[in-house]
Formats: sequence, C-alpha cells, structure tokens
Amino acid sequence: MTQGTKDIEALIDLLSRLPGLGPRSARRAVLHLIKKRSLHLIPLAEALTRVGATARECLNCGNIGTTDICDICTSDKRANGQICVVEDVADLWAMERSQQFKGRYHVLGGTLSALDAVGPDELRIPRLIDRIAGENVSEVILALGATIDGQTTAHYIADQLPGVTVTSLAQGVPVGGELDYLDDGTITAALKARRSL
Amino acid sequence: MIEWRDQGALLAVRTHGESSVIIEVFTPTHGRHAGVVRGGASRKQAPLLQPGAQLDLTWKARLDDHLGSFTAEPIRSRAAQVMDDRLALAGLNAVCAILHQTLPEREAHPPLYDRTIALLDLLGQTEIWPLAYLQWELALLTEMGFGLDLSACAVTGTNEDLCYISPKSGRAVSAQAAGDWAARMLPLPDVLKGQGEASGPEIATALTTTGYFVEHRLIRSLGDKPLPVARARLVEAIARLT
Repeated sequence: MTQGTKDIEALIDLLSRLPGLGPRSARRAVLHLIKKRSLHLIPLAEALTRVGATARECLNCGNIGTTDICDICTSDKRANGQICVVEDVADLWAMERSQQFKGRYHVLGGTLSALDAVGPDELRIPRLIDRIAGENVSEVILALGATIDGQTTAHYIADQLPGVTVTSLAQGVPVGGELDYLDDGTITAALKARRSL
Repeated sequence: MIEWRDQGALLAVRTHGESSVIIEVFTPTHGRHAGVVRGGASRKQAPLLQPGAQLDLTWKARLDDHLGSFTAEPIRSRAAQVMDDRLALAGLNAVCAILHQTLPEREAHPPLYDRTIALLDLLGQTEIWPLAYLQWELALLTEMGFGLDLSACAVTGTNEDLCYISPKSGRAVSAQAAGDWAARMLPLPDVLKGQGEASGPEIATALTTTGYFVEHRLIRSLGDKPLPVARARLVEAIARLT
C-alpha cells in the first residue's frame, strides 16, 4: 500500500467513526470529496483546520463558539432577563432555529443520572446559580427533555433557584401530530396540560 | 436459540452504539434481566423505554449466558404521570435505582415483583405513597434475607415500649433494655411498627432506619457501594411533607 492510499484509508477510518457514518458511507464520502477536490475537499480541510484551532466552549454558558465568551452571551440584545437551560449544544441550536427565544442560554452538559453517577457538580448547575445572581435574571426557562432524567434534573434545578421564576416547556401533541399515532404517555401529558380556548 | 416471554418493569436504559439501547428490566419469573433492544434509541421507541414502564418482553439469545436481545411492547407507561410530580418522580427514581443496585441478576422474586408493581401503580397518590414505599422497602429487606424483626425486644422478649432497632441484629429493642446503649441504636418510630400517624418526617425517620440496613447489609453484601443518590432525594422530599 502506498503512502497516498494509506492516507485515504486513514481518512475513511476517521470519517467512519463519526455519528451516522459507517465504513461504506465514509468510503463514499471520501470518494466524493476527492472527485470534487476544489469544490468540497479543500474548503472542508481549511474549515476543519480553522475550527480545530478556534472552537471552544463558552466560559459563561457552555455554548460552542470560537471565542472564550460566545456571541449570544456578549450580545446586549439578548440580555432580556431570561435564561433558557438546555441539556446539550444541539438543543441550543434547535431553540435558535425556531427564532422565538430572544434571551440567553445555559448548557448543562447532560442530565442528572443516578445510574451513571452524574451529579449536580458534573453538570454546570453551580455555574447557573452564579449566573442568576450576577446577570439580573428574572426567568429561567427549563428546556430539558421529556424524559425521567430530564425532568428529574428540571425539578432539582427548580429547587435550587428560590426567588426566581422557573418555567418549563409544555409537553403534548406535536405540531402536525395525530392522536391516533401518539403513545399513551404523550396523550396523558397533553391532557394534563390542556388549556381553555 | 433460547427464548422466553414475560412482563417486566423497566429499571434502566443505556445507549448501545448509535441506535440501540441496553435495558434492564425486573420480571416476575426471570428477575432482574438485561438485554439489547435494537433500534431502542430511535424516535419511535425511545419514548416508550423510560424507567418505570411496564413492558411485554420477548428475550432471545443463542446461549443462556449471552446478553441477548429484547423485543419490547409497551403495556403501561408511567413517565408521563410522574413527570410533573416532584415526589412521584423522586419515588420512581429511587425504586428503579434500588432495584438496579440490590437485585441479583436473573434470580426470580415474584412476591417482590408484585409489590413493586403495586407500589408503582400508586405513584402520584401523595397521601399514601410514602407509607407504601416504606412498607415496600421492608419487604425488599425481607425478600433479600435481611428482614427486620420488630415483634419483640431482642433482649427481654417484651413487646412493649419498643423504641430502638439493633443495627447488628435488625431486631427491636425496648427502651429499658437499651439502657446506656441507646445512643448506638437506630430509632424505631411508631410508623415502622404500623402504628401512629404516618407524617412525612416520621416516615423519613423510619426510612433512615431501613436505609441503614439497605446500605450496610443488603448493598454491602453485593459490594462496597453507597445508597443510590435517588433514594436520598426521595427521603428529603418525604421529610418536607407535612
């Protein structure tokens, strides 16, 4: 095997370890990149190099950015007294896609889990408490998963924040959802959270 | 190929690769049992595989000592009922964590299974659930061979004025017999004897006593681990009840 072939095999191996990719799809991706060298391969390599050198977690909220304090935390427009607590950066990105939330975020980095020995100190809960004291926060919105671990974490955080309005996202029928296809748990949650029209 | 079908309460879920999960269930005839659920992390299946859910399970493996794989159909989900109830959520977490930590793998305990399902069915009934949980923990100790004997004083044999439990024997001790050793004894609140008012603080005190035996007898017999944090959170929540 020549050095060039070894490098390509190494690239395939690295890509195949990414989520959603296996050896076959990684091979297809690498082949595509090589065929579209100037259009995809070189810009991708340059972008990877840049991101590799600059990407870091925001020291304030845990978001991923290229500076020590992320754009959301430095923006005065986002200082509206609301902090949305999310489990992971992917959840933050999902909230940002909706373009409905105009406040700041706090990324916990997981949820409390007795079985996996994840306690409050393993998450960014102490940092959240510090932020609430220092950033004049009027409302904390808990946007955590509708799972047992997610809601256990939500109740724990709510207990730690006396004197602050703590809200959580509603649970129930998704947009475009039909009752016939929903599980009984979702229907139960939706019925509990019903509202008058 | 080995195959069986049973019902079970889901105790724990761990991701396995990108799309599968390893679940641990408590079944009446196969005890605490683990297995892979293919596609268990999918958007369709993940909401069904929440701790506390009652499942119809089919387990298959080539050999009996293999991890094997489960096919799981939901019978009853409990997650949605407990999510907005702090005490119920803490209770569900505590029950699952204790069973996960204390039950030997693949050893059937049908009476304990029945009591566990009855306890889970009571989740959300704040007035009676703490007392039901206390009785369940006593039943767990008995089923695992560490039952408490609260019928008579271990020293004098009397069944009057029983105020303490010996941390060594797990037997009741009267105030008179305890004497100077009282400080070394565990409290025996009336609620533990099935008497008196079952207030939150009283049940929390009783759970401190049962917790000692769960931790120092039951869990220690299986290795050097502390009581699950989830149980401590439940006891705190019960102590706050009026």
